[in-house]
Amino acid sequence: MVRRPFYFEKRKKMEIILNGEKKEVKENVSLPDLLKELDLTPDKVAVELNLDIVDKNNYDKTLLKEGDKLEIVHFVGGG
Amino acid sequence: MENNSDFLEIAGKKFKSRLIIGTGKYASFEQTREAIEKAGAEIVTVAVRRVNITDKSKESLLDYIDPKKYFILPNTAGCYTVEEAVRTARLAREGGGYDWVKLEVIGDEKTLFPDNAGLLEATKILVKEGFTVLPYTNDDPIMAKKLEDAGAATVMPLGAPIGSGLGIRNPYNIKIILEMASVPIVVDAGVGTASDATIAMELGADAVLMNTGIAGAKDPIKMAIAMNHAVKAGRLAYRAGRIPKKLYATASSPIEGVIE
Repeated sequence: MVRRPFYFEKRKKMEIILNGEKKEVKENVSLPDLLKELDLTPDKVAVELNLDIVDKNNYDKTLLKEGDKLEIVHFVGGG
Repeated sequence: MENNSDFLEIAGKKFKSRLIIGTGKYASFEQTREAIEKAGAEIVTVAVRRVNITDKSKESLLDYIDPKKYFILPNTAGCYTVEEAVRTARLAREGGGYDWVKLEVIGDEKTLFPDNAGLLEATKILVKEGFTVLPYTNDDPIMAKKLEDAGAATVMPLGAPIGSGLGIRNPYNIKIILEMASVPIVVDAGVGTASDATIAMELGADAVLMNTGIAGAKDPIKMAIAMNHAVKAGRLAYRAGRIPKKLYATASSPIEGVIE
């Protein structure tokens, strides 16, 4: 069996907390790429990263880091 | 006759309808849409929740309720702390550009009564951040005044606990709140049937907000129509000015000229 160098494996994935649950994502994934992967449309959601709102204009430059806490919300029926 | 100049005015924005409705608990988005239409509502409340990552159904509520046609009022329902409520309001503003918020800071799961200290604090924070704040509070005139002084655009006292259908339990407190207030007063929660909404409006409330009263009825669409009429009837009766209550009869037919 051919073993890849350990750093190769390690760099591929990282863990974030998405809506309260652990999730493995690509290392340093950008917010738009993550939303795409989750099949979510940016204009229909709002995102909070480590308790700070992410301005929609800044999505492109937002890269996620290991351990980031992300909340992605949308509007649902309510009184 | 309805008067076309009788508007509900909140923070400089005019609305023809005095019935505000929630969008929770309906059987389908289609039913939600129809109920809003039949209720004649212009302002509708929505909640802010985590997207379901594993089960992403393609349809969303706002595909059915056109934000160009209806005024969307996000709520902070389910928030038990100032921090949660403030974060939720900020998310709603970022998510939809809505800077109005129906502010709830809930104190207890069983009664869903508001945590007034938290509510006041959250109101101050959000007013400072430029939000138009509509706090849901209990029927306490002093609290209502404090919220108004903190910059609330409207104060929304409950008629009875959320979803209880108990009606307007303390009309005298609502009356005192109305007399003391210089912002619009919206009776929010407790309405179980049409007469409850009429009573709130007859007291002089500027509007009524309800969700379960319509969505939980056996036929929500019929109830939406009933509530539409009830709010209008109550408003007209209030403006018409009711007769005083008297203990004894006053004949409505002439007393003179009766045959002997």
